[in-house]
Amino acid sequence: MTDYKERAHVVANVSRRGFLAGAAAGSLVLAIGVPIEANAQENKFGADGMPNGWRDDPKIFVSISPDGLVTVTCHRQEMGQGVRTSIAMVVADELDADWSRVRVAQAQGNEARYGNQDTDGSRSLRHFFQPMRRVGASARTMLEQAAAAQWGVPVQEVRAREHAVLHERTGRRLDYGTLATAAASQPVPAREALKLKDPSAFRYIGKDRVGLIDNQDITTGKAVYGIDARADGMLYAVVARPPVFGGRVKSVDDADTLKVSGVVRVVQISPPDIPSEFQPLGGVAVVARNSWAAMQGREKLKIVWDDGPHASYSSDTYRAELEAAARKPAKVVRRQGDVDAAMAGAAKRVEAEYYIPHLAQSPMEPPAALVQIKDGKCEAWACVQAPQATRTRLAERLGLPEENVTVNVTLLGGGFGRKSKPDFVLEAGLISQAMGGTPVKVTWTREDDLHHGYYHTVSVERLEAGLDERGMPVAWLQRSAAPTIGSIFAPDPKHELPFELGMGLVNAPFDVPNVRMENPEAAAHTRIGWFRSVSNVPHAFAIQSFVAELAHAAGRDPKDYLLDLIGPARIIDPTEIGDAWNHGEDPKLYPIDTGRLRQVIETAAAGIGWGRDLPQGNGLGIAGHYSFVSYVAVAAEVRVDGNRLVIPRVDIAIDCGPRINPDRIRSQMEGAVIMGVGLATTSEISFKSGRVEQNNFDSYEVTRIDTAPREIHVHLVAAHDYGHPLGGVGEPGVPPVAPALANAVFAATGKRIRQLPIRDQFLA
Amino acid sequence: MATLVVNGAERSFDGDEDMPLLWYLRDVAGLTGTKFGCGVAQCGACTVHLDGTAVRACVTPMTVALGATVTTIEGLSPDGNHPVQVAWRDLNVSQCGYCQPGQIMQAASLLKENPNPTDEDIDSTMSGNICRCGTYPRIRAAIKQASTGAQR
Repeated sequence: MTDYKERAHVVANVSRRGFLAGAAAGSLVLAIGVPIEANAQENKFGADGMPNGWRDDPKIFVSISPDGLVTVTCHRQEMGQGVRTSIAMVVADELDADWSRVRVAQAQGNEARYGNQDTDGSRSLRHFFQPMRRVGASARTMLEQAAAAQWGVPVQEVRAREHAVLHERTGRRLDYGTLATAAASQPVPAREALKLKDPSAFRYIGKDRVGLIDNQDITTGKAVYGIDARADGMLYAVVARPPVFGGRVKSVDDADTLKVSGVVRVVQISPPDIPSEFQPLGGVAVVARNSWAAMQGREKLKIVWDDGPHASYSSDTYRAELEAAARKPAKVVRRQGDVDAAMAGAAKRVEAEYYIPHLAQSPMEPPAALVQIKDGKCEAWACVQAPQATRTRLAERLGLPEENVTVNVTLLGGGFGRKSKPDFVLEAGLISQAMGGTPVKVTWTREDDLHHGYYHTVSVERLEAGLDERGMPVAWLQRSAAPTIGSIFAPDPKHELPFELGMGLVNAPFDVPNVRMENPEAAAHTRIGWFRSVSNVPHAFAIQSFVAELAHAAGRDPKDYLLDLIGPARIIDPTEIGDAWNHGEDPKLYPIDTGRLRQVIETAAAGIGWGRDLPQGNGLGIAGHYSFVSYVAVAAEVRVDGNRLVIPRVDIAIDCGPRINPDRIRSQMEGAVIMGVGLATTSEISFKSGRVEQNNFDSYEVTRIDTAPREIHVHLVAAHDYGHPLGGVGEPGVPPVAPALANAVFAATGKRIRQLPIRDQFLA
Repeated sequence: MATLVVNGAERSFDGDEDMPLLWYLRDVAGLTGTKFGCGVAQCGACTVHLDGTAVRACVTPMTVALGATVTTIEGLSPDGNHPVQVAWRDLNVSQCGYCQPGQIMQAASLLKENPNPTDEDIDSTMSGNICRCGTYPRIRAAIKQASTGAQR
């Protein structure tokens, strides 16, 4: 075994070596099973609606070595949401495994084998909780069958417990390790015949009994991320990319670069066709013996760029374009009643415009990947959210059959949507190919990450409401203008896609008789991409701010007003209010339940002590938002302290249906609040002459420990039974944070925030 | 040939002395526990101890590191059981974990200098370490737990 292959296993997971050693010794070789066809039914919701659906074959996901070590293969990517721990918890629980004898191996990119692997949309557990339960239960059943056969007793007389199968009548007991080989030749139970655990018997699911599976590695520096991948003889590369999206190299002089000690070669990467999807931006790569030499070499490149068609993209003028578009009638995306007539007859009219800038995901690990090509086979080690797309695009771009491309997924040092796009892996592949297959690691610097990203969209949201004598809306007109993510997939689309409109715009569940929502045209001048919670960020900010403005206009308490606007608890079919997308879920299984939305709002309000007396300069704000089929509300307290905005306390309440890993739900809510505080108060990506104006964390400011809320209280609302469908967790915490803070600023200072980030607007 | 001590072992270096310690550790010495996050001392992901003091390896040139003693996350404790590491695991501080080696090295340095830090002490010492996942509440709690443990 060559050294880099050895390292590959280290990259995938240290424990994988244990499994391979076990396999060589003739253990239960469950990992070499044949994929079952995806259970694609006529309905295309949930995992069925995703490419390659789901698999629940235990032979793919579980292996047990003769020493009893259980290895669960995790086919979803770990980027901090805890999925490696949570998936393993689910399998281990149904398997009745002892957690101390459970390890996790990371699946390679191969959706034909593992089912959908796109780790986005807050759906790993939502889509794979039940399949992973079945995986664990199937493996347990096979172990029971093997034990019964060995003892010559009916299988009904044996049962699995604590990593062993017991025959109580005779007191016999066989450890899983002892049974592993025999269990491997047992038939995989039919899905219908499987007996899942009664949830009352869960040992790990829904409990806080187990720590993070990667805790030891992370805290000792052994955890391997994409940027840490190593191979024998590897070289290091950085790329000078066109400073303007759509630009290209006119000429390059690399004479001084090649004089830098350690620089090996300079390689050009051709610019992509438009739409550029996941293709690299093109440019000039400097390949060297270490990262520092590559960076020094890049400094010395003399490149003349053709800036291309977006050289005049500037955020100031673009904002004015969006505002102009939002002030004119546009494509109607939801229509209910007669807004114009109701507006004309309203007792009072209120209007407001909100601006939400571009953002960068800026995961702490910048994009980085290692690729090598040997004997016509490409192997990549990369921090990617979408390993199958990575594999497919690598194969296409390198001209290799897909089966000759292996994508090993490392840990992701944060993703937040950036690493759904494998452009950086393709760069490493192209450079390696140009270098004759030598292993090449491409590392993006922070400046590269901020200058050449797939940015969160930029929006102008214009709202108008006609209020009746009680101050409640009889008419609601909203125009949402924002360049679409579709612009990386199609040539010059001008409208938001259904999945963007369905992120808190057309599915706003308010009790208003006349509603019209419009989507003006907006052209993209940079790469637009997913950012944690995506279009929910601008939609929730605008709508939840506007609700508080209406409450003020009506002279009402904002929390009471919000609840009245939502109206009584009721079930809404999202397709009937214009949202056919519904986060990809079946509207029958996942209708909008306004009672659940009300409950999280009331919980967050109670948590922060809504209505309590506050010192001068302090204020409370609240917002509630439905996204990723979960319900979240945030109540925030702010204090203006000189010229600083201080956030003493935030309460966040989530109803995400049944809870699998409560500790990770809490940690995702804590993190969502902190990311939300950053985008609300300081973070902005702006363009001038086609170029991003921010360079590093000094100018792209994110939340730090001293600007984070001093206290964050997470409330997990309404424990649902495990037959109830799961909601998302990774993203839905983010959207209500910014409007809750802006509303709190208004309460504290009387200053209404209509553009993000807040910065020092409260001083005005 | 110039030398430095990394995690107790003496190593020689004959490369570009302007190279930041970070890239020496990661690319030359193969110690990838020390992370790259910004390259300009803005995020703290590369925090190591240089002669016992927390520094940003990304802006510490080898000229400064040579002749010095460097401790990285891999060498913070022989068994990975420094009180800060233990507290980090107890409280499941990490999300993606990428910034945590830097956070742990900074926190270990803080507690060495100041065994009972106040919230304000934690804010001022830890504010140079960015966590994009937002683990700050647990970082604060883990520092306090490790602090109490150190007293016992």
